[in-house]
Amino acid sequence: MSNADTTSAPFDPAVLFKTAFLAVVAIFVLVPLLATLLGGFKSLGELRVNPFGLPTHWEWQNYADILFSARYWQLLRNSLIISTLTVTLTLITASMAAFTFAHVRFYGSSMLLSYLTLGLLFPAATAVLPLFIKVRDLGLLDTYLGVALPQVAFSLAMSVLLLRRFFKDIPYELLEAALVDGCSYIKFFRYVTLPLSRPILATVGTITFVNSWNAYLLPLVMLNTDALYPWPLGIMVYQGEYSSEWHLILAFITLTILPTIILFLLAQKHIVAGLTAGAVKG
Amino acid sequence: MARRIAIASPMGVAGETAPQVASRGPSWDGRFTVLILFLPPALLLFTLFVVLPIGEAAWYSGFNWNGFGRPTHWIGFDNYRFVLETRAFWLALRNNGLIVAVSLAIQLPLALTLALMLAEKFRGAVALRMLFFMPYILAEIATGLIFSFVYDGDYGLVASIWRTFGAEPPHLLASTDTAMLAVLIVIVWKYFGFHMMLFIAALQSLDKSLVEAARIDGATRSQALRHVVIPLLYPTIRLSVFFAIVGSLQLFDLVMPLTRGGPADSSNTMVSFLYNNGISRMRVGYGSAIGVILFVICVTFAFTYKRWFMRDE
Repeated sequence: MSNADTTSAPFDPAVLFKTAFLAVVAIFVLVPLLATLLGGFKSLGELRVNPFGLPTHWEWQNYADILFSARYWQLLRNSLIISTLTVTLTLITASMAAFTFAHVRFYGSSMLLSYLTLGLLFPAATAVLPLFIKVRDLGLLDTYLGVALPQVAFSLAMSVLLLRRFFKDIPYELLEAALVDGCSYIKFFRYVTLPLSRPILATVGTITFVNSWNAYLLPLVMLNTDALYPWPLGIMVYQGEYSSEWHLILAFITLTILPTIILFLLAQKHIVAGLTAGAVKG
Repeated sequence: MARRIAIASPMGVAGETAPQVASRGPSWDGRFTVLILFLPPALLLFTLFVVLPIGEAAWYSGFNWNGFGRPTHWIGFDNYRFVLETRAFWLALRNNGLIVAVSLAIQLPLALTLALMLAEKFRGAVALRMLFFMPYILAEIATGLIFSFVYDGDYGLVASIWRTFGAEPPHLLASTDTAMLAVLIVIVWKYFGFHMMLFIAALQSLDKSLVEAARIDGATRSQALRHVVIPLLYPTIRLSVFFAIVGSLQLFDLVMPLTRGGPADSSNTMVSFLYNNGISRMRVGYGSAIGVILFVICVTFAFTYKRWFMRDE
């Protein structure tokens, strides 16, 4: 099924159709992205008459102004803190729970696991008002932790499932042998399970990171102070302030999605793996 | 056996008893230590920040309450009545239906077609996969802002295409007739790559000998596709449909930078309706009622779908 096309004649209409189709979709995807990147290099006047083409005069200043502003770095810093907190707490709590579900037999194990799995079905928006009140009552409103803790809670279901499936593949005989030799469960977890599980930990970590990095609703509800805003909130504020100065807004957008794209290029293997692993499970 | 662990518990509580456990070999107290140390953090966080709030939403939805102090003004099911009497809610529900329809009728077939093309090896296939997947990685907020530029009536790409034809450019996002359509296009742009990747992964793990056997038996390429490949993809298709619908019901982040649900509520989704009415005005009871309705729709759908279509998985 795979080599049929490469050996076919150059004017095969099927190949022609396929190429044309792929080209149209590629243009559909690329044009908005390129227009955003290039728009940041134009002046507002040029943007209006020449939104598609290359800039006639490259306005590096648009990008430079943002890169040298404290505001940009503060947004990235806030996002980085919240995402790192979320990933760290998710990996710790989820891997411990997943290990227990994978290797410790106890009464109620499967019931507790299904309880946690239900989390996959719950719409976060339902919980958001009560969450606001709970986080306020805990005194965590307007703190990084007030955003991170609910994000951890909502990422647990998927994370535990992915990790547990991987942990289960570590042979039980290995654990048994270790226990006979005087190793404890906890030591086994720390010195055998975790080191063996680096790929899946990276996958779960990357996916949690991307979700947290891009999140909007929870930070919107939990944070009131501009100085604490992660970038999705900050960029909305920025857009509000510079309402029709699109050249600056486009430069700002480009610079805020750049870290996401770099992360994606570095970790695409993990992102795609996690996506499809999660998918097979349902 | 399991019960014994729970009863004979106190031995393992200390947690730093590794040497003792070591001398006894695999025993129940080692297990108990793990149980009381490893499970509670996840279960507590999940219960406190996911399960309880959903229960509380049901409770708060019975009150007329602005979120300050404690809820005292019990009004029973009135909030639900108020929600269901609001025209904007039905508009939002209709919009979610439209999103589901576009996802199923346009997005998934597009994703499947592309996956069939890109699962084969040829120069540029991997690059195209990455390109098509890229929008999915971008934040919804960034995507929304990019497209509010694309649609901008003065500076946007659409406007300039209009002007080359000598016409007065439309403000797509500012008109009740076109705002939702504009949002739907962005949804396809952003999410088709995700489904394409699901299909590609499925195609790559597919047993190719079945396809080859069909070809040897004289099936044409399209026959093999229709009668062998697509049926083998059914589990993934069902899953993709599931994700598409659940995602469509909860769409929010993308709508905010584009239209905030407007103009005149014409592009609200259930969640942006919840946000605009419940959260920004802190009408906790009213907003919770919307949340509970959303919850019931999502969970009913999920269970029904799993039961009917995904029984064997």
